[in-house]
Amino acid sequence: MSTIQFIIDNYAQVLFLSWEHIWIVGLALMIATVIGVPLGIFITGHKNLASRVLNGANILMTIPSIALFGIMLPILALVNLGLGKVPAVIALVLYSQLPIIRNTYTAIKNVPGPLVDAARGMGMNRWELLKEVQIPLATPIIIAGLRTAAVMNIGIAAIAVYIGSGGLGVYIQQGIDRVYPEMIMSGAILVSLLAIIVDGFMAMLERLATPEGIKLQRNILR
Amino acid sequence: MNKLMGKTYRLMLMLIILIAGVMAERTGLVEYLSDPYEYPVIIELLVQHLYIVAISMTFATIIGLGAGIILTRKRFRRYAGICMYIVGLGQTIPSLAVLAIAMSFLGIGLKPAIFALSIYSILPIARNTLAGITAVPTSFIDAARGMGMTPLKILFEVELPNAMKVIITGFRIALIINIGTAALSYLIGAGGLGDLIFTGISLMQTEKLLAGAIPITLMALIADGLADFMGYILISKGLRLSG
Repeated sequence: MSTIQFIIDNYAQVLFLSWEHIWIVGLALMIATVIGVPLGIFITGHKNLASRVLNGANILMTIPSIALFGIMLPILALVNLGLGKVPAVIALVLYSQLPIIRNTYTAIKNVPGPLVDAARGMGMNRWELLKEVQIPLATPIIIAGLRTAAVMNIGIAAIAVYIGSGGLGVYIQQGIDRVYPEMIMSGAILVSLLAIIVDGFMAMLERLATPEGIKLQRNILR
Repeated sequence: MNKLMGKTYRLMLMLIILIAGVMAERTGLVEYLSDPYEYPVIIELLVQHLYIVAISMTFATIIGLGAGIILTRKRFRRYAGICMYIVGLGQTIPSLAVLAIAMSFLGIGLKPAIFALSIYSILPIARNTLAGITAVPTSFIDAARGMGMTPLKILFEVELPNAMKVIITGFRIALIINIGTAALSYLIGAGGLGDLIFTGISLMQTEKLLAGAIPITLMALIADGLADFMGYILISKGLRLSG
């Protein structure tokens, strides 16, 4: 109860920190999409490159978040960006690469061969084929990758507070330092709530992005 | 073309190692690591880190496997959906928050850290155990029953071996998350290599920071390889060939 009281008492700051959190994660996700989706599409044509890129992204994902912040810090400190929001966003972009690239790659790969052949038979060139057939069919799976990345990033952004990124992690950090359970709990609850809401929102987006034809097909099969 | 790419790849790898070496020297990491007063501390923290990870992973594996197996038994199967929904929600809670909440109930020190890490690592193991066992084709189980196997025998000789690949994936995820989160357990007073990272950030002491961050990264990468190796041992040969 006192946790709710804490949130009500500090609602202005809560809103500000939530906004900051969403802003960091959203920006990182946008940059990651701009990098990851074209890369994922590009490597579908190059099998050798694909395994290397996916392996690299896998290794990036394996690096613990706080260690990644630590390793990036001296490198980015050379250009005076060691602490703050910039390294946090860079780390989040790096972490988002694996789910986004992997899902784009598998989605485009899994477009049924007959569909691709039919499109080619209709005289589509590679770009048209991508735009008219492959991307629309792959969009739901790509968005599923974004969903994984978003939920993960919300959790990592809470840790990024130790390199000065701000966001809702501030409550957890300061709560630990002050041994103030209400503050810790409100930080934890708000971050989790944010993750759950974003998860639900992305699930909705995933449904909206599914082409009508596929939905129809699924209904018939069911 | 392919040969050229392989060559560029190797060249780039060498270049990265070279740059890393130069950076290590320039930031004073080499000097820090060879300081006779410093490296025993690093080794002590490393051992502490491994200790936290090992204990919490042992608990998590036992509980997670147990929970996954119990939830797939006939009597409890109808609760599986709801339990997995709760687990899914639990997984959205950030690791830092789990540690912080454990601290506010259990105080500071090793105990809350191990508790929080165990709880947090149970989730992927339990989820994958459940998913793996559920995905075993019913025909296999029917065949086993027709051969007169008891339920316990079906579990150990049909269900678990067939689900092993998925279970090990869950174990790998849990282990890697665990190693990363154990670094945060410094914040609630459990020590570990996180000590060096957070102190390094606070003091802007790059060599200290790297002395913590690099071993943790290596540990996570080695753990990843270890999980692969475990898969090689535990998954039966026939399944490995087919999959």
